[in-house]
Amino acid sequence: MPREYVDGATAVARGALRAGCTFFAGYPISPATPILLHMLRELPKVGGVGIQAEDEIAAISMCIGAAMTGARAMTATSGPGISLYSENLGLAIMGEVPLVIVDVMRMGPATGGATTIAQGDVQFVRWGTSGGYPIIALAPSSVPECYTLVQRAFDLAERFRSPVFLLPDKELIMSMSTVDIAEYVDVPVGQRPLVPPVPAGNGAQNGRINAVTGRPDPRLRPEETYLPYDFDPIDAVPPTSPFGGPHITRFTGSSHDEHGFLTKDPVKVGRLNEHLRAKIENHRHELEFGLLNRAAATGVLFVGYGTTARAMREAGDRARKAGLPVSDLTLHTLWPVPERLILEATAGQRRVVIGELNHGQYALELERVLYRHAAQNGLKPPEIVSIQRVDGNLITPEQFLAEIGNF
Amino acid sequence: MAIALEPALKPLTTYKNERPDPFCPGCGHTFILNHLDAALTKLQLDPRQVVLVTDIGCVGLSDQYFVTNAFHGLHGRSVAYATGIKLANPDLKVIVMMGDGGLGIGGTHILNAARRNIGITVLVFNNFNFGMTGGEHSVTTPMGMITASTRAGNLENPLDICATVAVNGAGYVYRGTSFDRDLPDRIAEAIAYEGFALLDIWELCTAYFVVNNDFGRKELMATLETIGMQAGLIQKREVREYARGLRAQGAQVFGQPTLPLRPIEPLFPARLDRKFHLIIAGSAGAKVRSAAQATGYAGVLSGLWVTQADDYPTTVKSGHSVSELIFSPEEIRYTGISKPDALVLLSEDGLGKVRHHLAAMTPEDVLVTTPEFADVPTRARKLILNPQVGSVRITRTNRSLIVTAAALRHLDLFPIAALSEAVRRFQPRFADENLPVIEASAALLPDR
Repeated sequence: MPREYVDGATAVARGALRAGCTFFAGYPISPATPILLHMLRELPKVGGVGIQAEDEIAAISMCIGAAMTGARAMTATSGPGISLYSENLGLAIMGEVPLVIVDVMRMGPATGGATTIAQGDVQFVRWGTSGGYPIIALAPSSVPECYTLVQRAFDLAERFRSPVFLLPDKELIMSMSTVDIAEYVDVPVGQRPLVPPVPAGNGAQNGRINAVTGRPDPRLRPEETYLPYDFDPIDAVPPTSPFGGPHITRFTGSSHDEHGFLTKDPVKVGRLNEHLRAKIENHRHELEFGLLNRAAATGVLFVGYGTTARAMREAGDRARKAGLPVSDLTLHTLWPVPERLILEATAGQRRVVIGELNHGQYALELERVLYRHAAQNGLKPPEIVSIQRVDGNLITPEQFLAEIGNF
Repeated sequence: MAIALEPALKPLTTYKNERPDPFCPGCGHTFILNHLDAALTKLQLDPRQVVLVTDIGCVGLSDQYFVTNAFHGLHGRSVAYATGIKLANPDLKVIVMMGDGGLGIGGTHILNAARRNIGITVLVFNNFNFGMTGGEHSVTTPMGMITASTRAGNLENPLDICATVAVNGAGYVYRGTSFDRDLPDRIAEAIAYEGFALLDIWELCTAYFVVNNDFGRKELMATLETIGMQAGLIQKREVREYARGLRAQGAQVFGQPTLPLRPIEPLFPARLDRKFHLIIAGSAGAKVRSAAQATGYAGVLSGLWVTQADDYPTTVKSGHSVSELIFSPEEIRYTGISKPDALVLLSEDGLGKVRHHLAAMTPEDVLVTTPEFADVPTRARKLILNPQVGSVRITRTNRSLIVTAAALRHLDLFPIAALSEAVRRFQPRFADENLPVIEASAALLPDR
């Protein structure tokens, strides 16, 4: 099978274009700049638009505006940029905007190390908005996974009308590696639910409801009217219609009713906010992606994501070759936490070893999931070992192997 | 389609809906919304092709009173949202309604939208203070004025946004008041204008500014006379609208292939049965990464799995440049290097970054370097090469390649022909220059 020698930035750009991305706005920042440059150069070739914005705040703002015209929008940055994205991350959650945000993780805090690898944004992207509402985040651990998971990010962004993070790191995006071309796997990319051009049922009655007033309006033709935030059941994704499309549409970042009007009615506000949670959390089992290599027997489970998962899988292979009961789990979904996958992989294990280039951010999630599960089921939880590294070097396979213990 | 069953759309007599305006009695916002309604009615735009964009403050409520598309976003970002909407769909008429608060916090977006001359219309509802949060001063509060946050009188010079955007690329710039009888015509003219239009519309905040400063219509008009800012139509010129300009540029490459795959079939036999770690350490600007990349491609051309991670300071052309390459007959997962099997040392900058590697290397490993580094401490076997003995003139930029090529001849991971093929195929712009360098590298090695 032919191979390529290529970096992750190229794979992210290719995957985005394959997923139908038509809009990109970004601001130069190491190590995400190669994605910006690819998208600025390539998007016009498919009739799309790319722009270097005046700052990160404008970059995500432009993406949100573009997304509401129907564009599939993406932006790419690193930790300092995510800091500036925070307020508009909240807007994208509240307004229910399909948007892919690539955070190429580098060392923090603040400027940190511009070209130094880290994985310190994991909890930051989850809790990056005021109110603490959920997002979706995927972490590739190879160049082909950059290609595949950015397509999945677009699919989920569209179908859930939600910001979706892709969390690669400096090493994946900027390093070259050999890729077996057969490993570029395409993912079908769905579309945000759209309001049909003409409402179903009795058009004369239903069709003249003014989306803005909620009252019959003889000035409007039926195809111009709909309720932009009408979700039922509570975890359903409300159908939308793009600016410039067949309907008049309203978008808002304030607490709103089904018309998109500001409201403080506790019943409506409560239902909206519960909807924003439920639309992701109630569907968490559709969002569990990962790769489990199982040993013949249970004993130890290694867990990793991103570049760290590469050392972890090498360690897992070496341990199994030595006859040790070591399985390894690469997490492709980080948010929402793929609890079913984690519980399946940890069942019967005595020890769980997770390695991360931060101070144990995801170890916290393992502790939460495993301790709660054990408490609820009267079980003894596995011992959780957190390997942490924040010096700019990679976690080595030997660091995982050293935590196996005696067998 | 169902449209045929419906009566034709009648001319709209208003673009406002039935919801009553929410503003304080006498608030300028109500007047300006009515002027905007009159302008839209005059233009008879399809409401589905109009997007009203607002941000925060009292004026941020305004989009809810129109029968058009609406986008209500965060404080000061309305111009950035509007820019995204216009870029993605240049056919839309995008109208921003923002206050002087949004003008301040979103200043950079306005400045850059003006520079680009992006085709949006910005209506600044300018009442010199923050109405929604209790009457604090804004970037437009005139000197000496009393606000909740300038109790002793404002000491900050007010921003002349019209002059600012006018000298920075805006196509259409107007300053007036909510009392102007011709304001609907001005707003209509601005909306019809293709490029960036900004209207700074002075008005009264009856809740705060009027009360704090005994400031009515008469005082507002007097301030406009005396403040030293231009009023009326300040600028109207035909300049290329940005969203359409960007589309026109893009059309020139439309249909070209995007990032096509560049498949590589193995052409050369690899001579490697294990993972091999090679570090090339030199100075930025000396084409270290270029030599490393050719080396990586040569490995792939020889059927090997290769990874390459580069390290260099943000200054790019000064300081160190270190490339870490791993070659393996099997897929490589862990991409770190704890100890290289071979290290090519090219400069003092490079030495500074690899001392720990030199200390870790054993006699099974090899250090390839030039005579000035013959004495660096390491247990690795040393291969000292003099780049000057080849048949090409050695420069700062080909020195990295000639030493690397000689090292590759010595290490024999794959035939040296793979390196030449890599340069021919993947660095064609420099092939004429670099192929003779690879050829000449043979002379650096002692006879075997």
